Amino acid sequence: MKRNNVYTHPDAVSADTPIIADRISKSYNKGTVPALSDVSLEVKKGELFGLIGPDGAGKTTLFRILTTLLLADSGQARVSGYDVVQNFKQIRRTVGYMPGKFSLYQDLTVQENLTFFATLFGTSVAAHYELIKDIYEQIKPFSDRRAGKLSGGMKQKLALCCALIHKPEVLFLDEPTTGVDVVSRREFWEMLQQLKQQGITILVSTPYMEEAVRCDRIALIQNGRILQVDTPARIAGAFPVKLYAAKAASIYGLLKDLRAWNQVESCYAFGEWLHVTLRQDTGNGTALIREYAETRAHKQVIIQCIAPTIEDRFIQLATSNALPNGSGH
Amino acid sequence: MKRLRFILQKEFRQMFRDRTILAMMFMLPLIQLGILPLAMNLDVKNINLAIVDKDHSTYTQKLISKIGASGYFKIVATAPAYKKALVTLENGTADIILEIPASFERNLVREGSQPLNVTADAINGIKSGIGSAYLLTVIRDFNQEIRLTGNGQSIAAPAMIDMASAAWFNPYEKFTWYIVPGVLVLLLTLVGGFLSALNIVREKEIGTIEQINVTPIKKWQFIVGKLVPFWVVGMIVLTVGLLVARLFYGIIPVGSLLLLYLLAAVYLVALLGFGLLVSTISNNQLQAMFIAFFFIMIFVLMSGLFTSVDSMPTWARSIAAGLPITHFMKAVRMIILKGSSFKDVSSVFIIEGLFAIGLNALAIWNYRKTQ
Repeated sequence: MKRNNVYTHPDAVSADTPIIADRISKSYNKGTVPALSDVSLEVKKGELFGLIGPDGAGKTTLFRILTTLLLADSGQARVSGYDVVQNFKQIRRTVGYMPGKFSLYQDLTVQENLTFFATLFGTSVAAHYELIKDIYEQIKPFSDRRAGKLSGGMKQKLALCCALIHKPEVLFLDEPTTGVDVVSRREFWEMLQQLKQQGITILVSTPYMEEAVRCDRIALIQNGRILQVDTPARIAGAFPVKLYAAKAASIYGLLKDLRAWNQVESCYAFGEWLHVTLRQDTGNGTALIREYAETRAHKQVIIQCIAPTIEDRFIQLATSNALPNGSGH
Repeated sequence: MKRLRFILQKEFRQMFRDRTILAMMFMLPLIQLGILPLAMNLDVKNINLAIVDKDHSTYTQKLISKIGASGYFKIVATAPAYKKALVTLENGTADIILEIPASFERNLVREGSQPLNVTADAINGIKSGIGSAYLLTVIRDFNQEIRLTGNGQSIAAPAMIDMASAAWFNPYEKFTWYIVPGVLVLLLTLVGGFLSALNIVREKEIGTIEQINVTPIKKWQFIVGKLVPFWVVGMIVLTVGLLVARLFYGIIPVGSLLLLYLLAAVYLVALLGFGLLVSTISNNQLQAMFIAFFFIMIFVLMSGLFTSVDSMPTWARSIAAGLPITHFMKAVRMIILKGSSFKDVSSVFIIEGLFAIGLNALAIWNYRKTQ
């Protein structure tokens, strides 16, 4: 087995790489349902790292392995320099974890939840109040309210406070913005930016591609495999061909026609537009597509050459990766 | 230690906020002990009797009034013919038919013997069995009387063995005295086994256990934090139960209260271990409910709450001996009714202690923070 030097001397590296996952594999139901296969990633200190992928991609499984809640079938992982299997006790002291599902006590008040979790970590609310101050101030007026009676956004803030109360070195946020309204989501990402400034390493997962741009680096994950790890800009920029956006009076008709055309490599709906790539791009794609659309009697045809987004790259990677090895379908 | 204190504080806080649990804590012993023993009464009373009197003599008059005076029978019908009386048995108005043939008095006087016919509805086996036995006792009694008083001295009194029986520990042979301690044990079993099992599973269901598991909290702290509140609830239920037993039924434990509480304390730990074990193997409250229910049904039916363990077949007796509740049930009855001392129930202490250690060890071993 080939072993990278980085992993044989982890402590030298761990100071500036708080999260290291090395070829992690995990399957459920006695190996019949693969959840993660050979997942490796590194998160640098102070980084806001996004794990982007659709539901069922294996994000939560990876989180549970890194937070010592689940044992991997194979592979190694280190968090804050500690091995997730051997030194799980130290990890539980140094990380903050916010599960995807709201998991605070609904029948305890905001204040009681916070105090309780502070005590579990052997600290007090006052000790690290500076860290949570900005977030906590927003829910403070409701500190006597039971957690179950809070709105979704406020629950999220409380959960974040509870995960931060012991000043963790690494923060794991599993789909923190799922089911949260747009305004609260934006607020939440701003809070994460602030936390990053305090030097906390954050690993956050989300199924929303548009949130990926707020991360320093992202990993695209699908069917338990990491497709690509890079900065959001570079991931979007790595789109290999020209991308066109097309629109017509009958979007669905255009979609069907374009997919039937042998020149088209891929065509999928993207909001109110269709995103199209061509097999052999000779540089005049816009005209080519328009010409074809008009021969098919489409009206109000608009074709533009656009800059690809992360989602485009994800779809492109996911389709080209999934087909050859055929996994997960 | 500080951590444990906060866990306990949190558990108690949650418990006191849960109105249902609070209400159950007090209503359960009050209602179950207040109603169940009366409803479960195995003393057979109000036996509906249909009489077919074909003789209409002074003797039959005497016999019928004697039966009526016994207090156990309600004469619901008198029919001229057996077939007519059978209708009342068929439609359920009568439980037993007593048929007195036409020659009753004459035969008794002349021949000194006369068979009677007793027909019983045996759907409710206990009622028909006990009812027939009562009826026969009354008739035997009547028989005795006429031998002594009737027909001059022509019948020589046969040599008789007169038996006098005394009921120890329950002088009036009250059924409630037998059943109330049993229901008390049942209550402790429900609190210890059910509530604790459901509580921990609830943390799994809401997902809070996920959040707890990533904290440095130790396994034993979490578990002790879960068990202590239910142990306390169990003790409260026992206290309320003993008060109800005293006020409603006049049952005052003959033995030492301290001994009773000590034994209950050990038993509760064993039962909490059982609840904990159930919660470690189930993923949601429904599963936990069913598993706990399955076992508690066995506990209740095989423990000797209603039926005597000694009259079970050998295999059933060995199952009963393997249940913590059986030994506790026996010991509680011994302490409450008989006034047994520590020496008498010391073996039960050891057995319950072993159950407590075994079940809890198994549960803790099975509870994993990491999967």
